[in-house]
Amino acid sequence: MAQMTMIQAITDALRVELKNDENVLVFGEDVGQNGGVFRATEGLQDEFGEERVFDTPLAESAIAGISIGLATQGYRPVPELQFFGFVYEAMDAINGQMARLRYRSGNTMNAPITIRSPFGGGVHTPELHADSLEGLIAQQPGMKVVIPSNPYDAKGLLISSIRDNDPVVFLEHMKLYRSFREEVPEEDYSVELGKANVKREGTDVTLIAYGAMVHSSLKAAEELDKEGISAEVIDLRTVMPVDFETILKSVEKTNRVVMVQEAQRQAGMASYIVSNIQERAILHLEAPILTVAAPDTVYAFTQAEEVWLPNYNDIIEKVNAVINF
Amino acid sequence: MKRTLENIEEQFETFQILNEEGKIVNKDAMPELSDEELKEIMYRMVYTRILDQRSIALNRQGRLGFYAPTAGQEASQLGTQFALEKEDFILPGYRDVPQLIWHGLPLYQAFLFSRGHFHGNQFPEGVNALSPQIIIGAQYTQAAGVAMGMKKRGKKSVAITYTGDGGTSQGDFYEGINFAGAYKAPAIFVVQNNHFAISVPVEKQTNAKTLAQKAVAAGIEGIQVDGMDVLAVYAVTKEARDRAVNGEGPTLIEALTYRYGPHTMAGDDPTRYRTEDLDTEWEKKDPIVRFRKFLEEKGLWSEDEENEVIDKAKEEIKAAIKKTDEQPKQKVSELIGNMYEELPQNLQEQLEEFKAKESK
Ligand SMILES: Cc1ncc(C[n+]2csc(CCOP(=O)(O)OP(=O)(O)O)c2C)c(N)n1
Ligand SMILES: [Mg+2]
Repeated sequence: MAQMTMIQAITDALRVELKNDENVLVFGEDVGQNGGVFRATEGLQDEFGEERVFDTPLAESAIAGISIGLATQGYRPVPELQFFGFVYEAMDAINGQMARLRYRSGNTMNAPITIRSPFGGGVHTPELHADSLEGLIAQQPGMKVVIPSNPYDAKGLLISSIRDNDPVVFLEHMKLYRSFREEVPEEDYSVELGKANVKREGTDVTLIAYGAMVHSSLKAAEELDKEGISAEVIDLRTVMPVDFETILKSVEKTNRVVMVQEAQRQAGMASYIVSNIQERAILHLEAPILTVAAPDTVYAFTQAEEVWLPNYNDIIEKVNAVINF
Repeated sequence: MKRTLENIEEQFETFQILNEEGKIVNKDAMPELSDEELKEIMYRMVYTRILDQRSIALNRQGRLGFYAPTAGQEASQLGTQFALEKEDFILPGYRDVPQLIWHGLPLYQAFLFSRGHFHGNQFPEGVNALSPQIIIGAQYTQAAGVAMGMKKRGKKSVAITYTGDGGTSQGDFYEGINFAGAYKAPAIFVVQNNHFAISVPVEKQTNAKTLAQKAVAAGIEGIQVDGMDVLAVYAVTKEARDRAVNGEGPTLIEALTYRYGPHTMAGDDPTRYRTEDLDTEWEKKDPIVRFRKFLEEKGLWSEDEENEVIDKAKEEIKAAIKKTDEQPKQKVSELIGNMYEELPQNLQEQLEEFKAKESK
C-alpha cells in the first residue's frame, strides 16, 4: 500500500494497464515528454516508449477519431482530452461515431476506448476549462461516464474503464487531483463500473453526489450530524449507467433525498436520477426530492466562481427543507 | 509523376528585411514608414515588453489571473497590428492581448480579462475585436465570417486573426482559410509559429516543412516571414491588407518567432521540453534588440528615450492596476443578466435567489 493523491493513482492505473496489455496506447496533447499538463502521464513515455505513449498534434476531433481507427486494429486507446471543455471539438467523433460503432456494425465491432479528461470548477481556470459536461456524454446511448471522487476509486475505476469493451469517458475533477492522499494498493485491482458506493451511512436523508460534490456532501453530513440529522451519502462513481439499486435501497430507508451536482440545474444528471426515483419509489418519499446545482448560466467568470459553485451550505439548506417539509 | 513536395521550402523562403544585426538586407522591400512611425513601433515594442514583465510579476503576486507571456513575439504581434486601420476587426487568441491594447483596449480591461471579470470583455465603442479566444482554432472560422460580412457590406476593411503553430492542426484552421478563399473574403490569417504548442515541438505537429504552405491547398496566398523582424512582418501584413481590400482575397502569414517565457503562468515548465541552447539561439534574434540597432544607426533612438518609455509604461501599468482593483467584484446576479435578452423563468427565479444571497 502507498499513500497516493488522485493524480498519482491515475498514473499508477495507466502504468498497470500499459504493463498488463500491450494493446493499451496512451496519447494526447503534451502527454508524452511533458507528462501531461497535470503530470498524469509523468514518466510513462520513458517507461513504455514513444510507440505506446505519445504526443499528438493539436486536434481533439482527430484524437478521438484515431482512437476509433486504432480500435479497429485491435488496440485499446486511452486518449487524453487536455481539458473537458474541449470536448465540443470531438463531439462527433465521440457521440456521433465511437458510441455507435458496436450498434452500427450489428455488434461485430466495438470501441474499447477510455477518454480521460480533467474537468470541474474552483481552480481558477480560464473559460471552457472547468465546465461539468458529463451530461452531454451521458445523454448518448452507447457511452459510459465514470467520475471518481478519491484516489482509491480513481485507480480501480480507471483500470475497469480501460478493460471495458465499450467506450468510456473518464472525468477527473481538477480540484481533487492533489487535495488529499489515501491508501492505494500498489497492485492491480479494479472497482466495478456501474456500482455506486455508500460513503456514509445514515437514516434521515440520502445525499446523492459524484466527483467533488461527494466531499461537499460529506462535509454537509458532518455538520448535519451535529444538529441530529443523520445523512447517508451515496457516491455514484459511474454516472452512466446509474446504479439505481443502491439508490433505491437507500431511499427506502431514509425516505428523503437531496440530489447534488456541480453542473448547471438545466443540464447534468439530476433530472434523470430524480425522475427515476419518483417513478420507482414515490410511495417511499416523505418529501419532494430537492436538487442542489449551479445556476443556469455559462460557467462563471473566475471572479464569481466560488459563489456560483454549489457548496455544502447549499446542501444543508436543502436537507433542512426536506426534513422540515 | 511530379513530386508535390519537391523544393517546397524554396517557394516559402523566410521573408526578411532587417537581419539580426539590425541591417537592412532587403532594401527594395522596405515599407514606407515615416521616422515618427518607426519610432512609434519601437515605443510599442518596448512598452509591450515591460507590460509582459509586469504582468508576470503581478501574476506571481496573485494580482492577475490567467496570463500567457508575450516576450519574444513583439514583432509578430505588433508588426501585424501596426498595418491595420481602426476599422479592421481583430480575432485574437489568448496570447494576443497586446494587439487588442494597441487597437484601443484600455489596459485595465485587459487586466480584468486576466482576472476573469466580464467587464474586461465589454470593449469600448470603436474597438473592433472579439475577446481573446481560448478554444484553439475557433477564431479562424469566425474570421472568415467577419471578412465575408465586411465584403457583403462593401466595407474597405479586413478581419485579422491569430493562432499558433499548434493551432494549424485544428480542423477549424483549414475550414477557416478555405472558406475565406472560396468567398475571396478580406481576411488575414496569422500563424505565430513560436515552435512549440505548450511542450510539443512544431516538427511533431505536422509533416509539412512550413506552415505557410498550408495556404496552397486552400488556394490562397501564403508567406513565411521572419517573425522577429518587425519591418518584414509589417510589410507582408500591409501588402496582405491592400490585396484584401482590393478584392484579391485572403492571405496566410506564418511568422517565425519564439516565446521566451512559459506557455502560461499556470505551472508550465519550459525546461522540460526546451534546451537552454535553443533559448539562447532565439534570444539572439530578439526583435527589440535588432530594431533598436537599426533606429540608433539612423539617429532615431537613444537610451534616454528608451528609459522614458520604460518609465511611462511602468507608471501607466501601475495606474491601470489601481483602476482594476477599484472595479467591484463580479456578482453571480450580474452573470445571470448576461445570459439572454429576456430572462426565462428559470433564470428569473435564480436571479432572485442570488440577489438575496448577495445582499446578506
Ligand atoms: C481546442 C483546444 N485544445 C487544447 C487547448 C489547450 N491548449 C492551450 S494552448 C495550447 C497550445 C497551443 O499552441 P500554439 O497553437 O502553438 O500557440 P502558442 O501557445 O504557442 O502561442 C493547448 C494545447 C485549448 N485551449 N483549446
Ligand atoms: Mg506555439
